[in-house]
Amino acid sequence: MTSASGVPPLAAFVPLGERPFTRIRRVLARDPMAMVGVAIVVLVLVLALFGQWIAPYPEQGLGSPRPSLRGLAPGAEYLFGTDQLGRDVLSRIIMGARPALLISVFVVLLAMVIGIPLGAIAGYRGGWVDQVLMRVTEVFQSFPPLLLAMVTVAILGPSLVNAGIALAVSWWPWYARLVRAEAQSLRGRPFVEAARAIGVPTWRIIPRHILRNSLTPILVQATVDIGSVVLAAGALAFIGLGAQPPEPDWGLMVAEGRGLIFTQWWISTFPGLALFVTVLGFNLIGDSLRDIFDPRSVKR
Amino acid sequence: MTLFLLKRVGTSAIVLFSLSVIVFLLTRLIPSNPAVIYAGPKARPEELARVTAELGLDQPLYLQFFRYLGGLVTGDWGNSLATKRPVLDELALRTPATLELLAVAMLFALVVGVILGVIAARRPGRILDMVIRFLSIGGVSMPAFWLGLLLQVFFVGALGILPATGQFSTEIKYLSPITSVTGFPLLDSLLTGNWVAYSDGLAHVILPALTLAAYPLGLIARMTRASMLDVAEQDFVFTARAYGLREGLIRWKLALRNALPPTMTIVGLAAAYTLTGTFYVEIVFNWPGIGQFAAGAMLAVDYPAIVAITMLSAAGYLVANLVVDIVQARLDPRARLS
Repeated sequence: MTSASGVPPLAAFVPLGERPFTRIRRVLARDPMAMVGVAIVVLVLVLALFGQWIAPYPEQGLGSPRPSLRGLAPGAEYLFGTDQLGRDVLSRIIMGARPALLISVFVVLLAMVIGIPLGAIAGYRGGWVDQVLMRVTEVFQSFPPLLLAMVTVAILGPSLVNAGIALAVSWWPWYARLVRAEAQSLRGRPFVEAARAIGVPTWRIIPRHILRNSLTPILVQATVDIGSVVLAAGALAFIGLGAQPPEPDWGLMVAEGRGLIFTQWWISTFPGLALFVTVLGFNLIGDSLRDIFDPRSVKR
Repeated sequence: MTLFLLKRVGTSAIVLFSLSVIVFLLTRLIPSNPAVIYAGPKARPEELARVTAELGLDQPLYLQFFRYLGGLVTGDWGNSLATKRPVLDELALRTPATLELLAVAMLFALVVGVILGVIAARRPGRILDMVIRFLSIGGVSMPAFWLGLLLQVFFVGALGILPATGQFSTEIKYLSPITSVTGFPLLDSLLTGNWVAYSDGLAHVILPALTLAAYPLGLIARMTRASMLDVAEQDFVFTARAYGLREGLIRWKLALRNALPPTMTIVGLAAAYTLTGTFYVEIVFNWPGIGQFAAGAMLAVDYPAIVAITMLSAAGYLVANLVVDIVQARLDPRARLS
C-alpha cells in the first residue's frame, strides 16, 4: 500500500494523448531493474496459468499426503524437498502461484470498483459530496495498515475469500483518493469545460474524460498494489487469518514448516522465497513507474 | 498555530469517534455468539442466559452502543473472553515489551535508512545507488515472518550465537532479577546497571528488531534519497561548495539537515506498518508483547480484546500522525495553512 495521497496528481504534468500502455512500456524498457521485475512477474504468471502441467507432482500440490515420504531433504527427485505430510514442496509452490495472483487481482479490482467511482464523483463534483467522502476515507485510513483487514477476517471467519474481502475493505480509500486528485485537476481542463459547455451530462463526462485520462496512475497504482496484496494475504495466512490447509498458500506453507525450521528448513524457506520474489517483482516494476511519474524522485 | 493545533486535535477526536463506531458495528457482525465463547461450550442454558445479560447482549443495539461507548470513556473495556481478565490489564502487561521492540527496530531503521539514503543520493543512477535501491525495495517486499525464520536458521541454528526466542533467558528472573524503574525491562536493566540482564536482553532483541526493521528501513532509505536529491540542487548547497567547504560536511550536515523533515513525515506511517508487523514477528520470536496476544485474540474471536487492540493502535497511529504534523508545522509555516 503506497501513499497515494502524498503524490501530486499525474494529470498535472504528464502530457495527455499518449496511450497508457505505451507510456508504461516505454518507461519500463529504460530501467534494467524494472525488466528484472517484468521477468519475475511473467514467470509467476506462467506458473499461475500452466502450473498443473509444469509442476512435477501436481496432485500433491493441492494436498494429498504421503506419510512414507515425510520431510525428505532437497535432492534430485524432490528439488525443494518434501514437507511434513510428504508432499513435494516445489509442486506446492507452483500450484500456489494461481491462488496468490487470483486473490490479489480480486482485491485490487474490488478496491477499484468501490474506490474509483467514489473518488471520481468526489473530485469532479466537489462541495459537500467531496467533503463527506474524504472524511470517510480518512477514517478508514486511520487504521494502521492491515489491522482493519485482520479484524474483518477475524469477524467473518478465516478463509482465503474472506481475507480478500477484508483486504479490499481496507484498500479502496487509496483508489478513491488517487482518482479524486486526478479528477480535481482534470475538471478545470479546457476539454472538460468544453464538454460541459455543450451539455454533455456528468455521467458521460466522468467515464469518457475523467477516468480515461486517469488510467495511467490507476494502472501504476494497481501494479504496485498487487505485490503488496500478495504480501498482505501471505501475512494473514501466516497468522491463520487467510487461506486454510490444505490450500497451497505460500504464507500458510511458511507457517506449517515453522516448527521444523531447525531440522527441515526447506519446508518454510522455499515457499517464503517464492512469496518474497513475487512481491519483489511487482515492487521493482512499481518502483520504476513511480520513479518516472513522481517528480520528487526523478533521476537527474 | 493555536488554531491549527485545535483544528488538528479536533479532527483527530472526530476520527477516533468514527473509528469506535466502525469497530462496534464490526463486532456486532460476529456470526458466533460471544456469550457462548465466554461461558464455554458446555454451559447450561440458564448459565448462558446469565452471561448474555452480563455482557448486555440482550439489549437493543443502540443501548449496547451507549454502554460500549461509556465503557470506552470510563476505562471499562470489558474482560477478555479468553483469559477472563480485564483487557486493559492484559494489554498493559504486554505493552512495554512491544514498545521496546518497536523502539529498537525504528531506531535501527532510522539510522541505517538515513545513512543508506544519503549514500545512494551521492551518485544517483550509479552502481551503489542501484544496490541500495534494490536493498530498499527488497526490504519493502520482504515477508517479515519469513525473514525472522531465516535469521533464526542462520544465527541460531548454524552459528549458534544468538538466542532464538523470548525476551530474556529464564534464569535471569532468578539470578539477576530486573528492578522495575520505568516498567520497560531492557531500559530498566540498563538504568540499574544490571549488566547480565542487559546483555541478555540485548541479545534477545537483536533478531526480532532486525526482522521488524526491514520494511521501515526500505521506506526511510527511499525517502531520504529522494529528498537529498531535491536539496542537492538548492542554492545554499552550491554556495557552500563555492566557499570550498568539504564535501562530507556539506552532505552530512548542511544538506541532510534540510532533507530530514520530509523523511520524518513517513516515519509515522512506517511506525504504523511496523506495529502490525509485530503481530507475526512476535509469533516467530515468541516475544511476550501485544502482537502475539492480538493475533491470538483474532483467531479466537475474543471481541473485547479485538476492540481494545484496534482502538489503542488506531489511537496510537493518530497520535503519531498528529505529532508528525505538529513538528512539520513548526518547521514549515506553509503546512499550517493547508
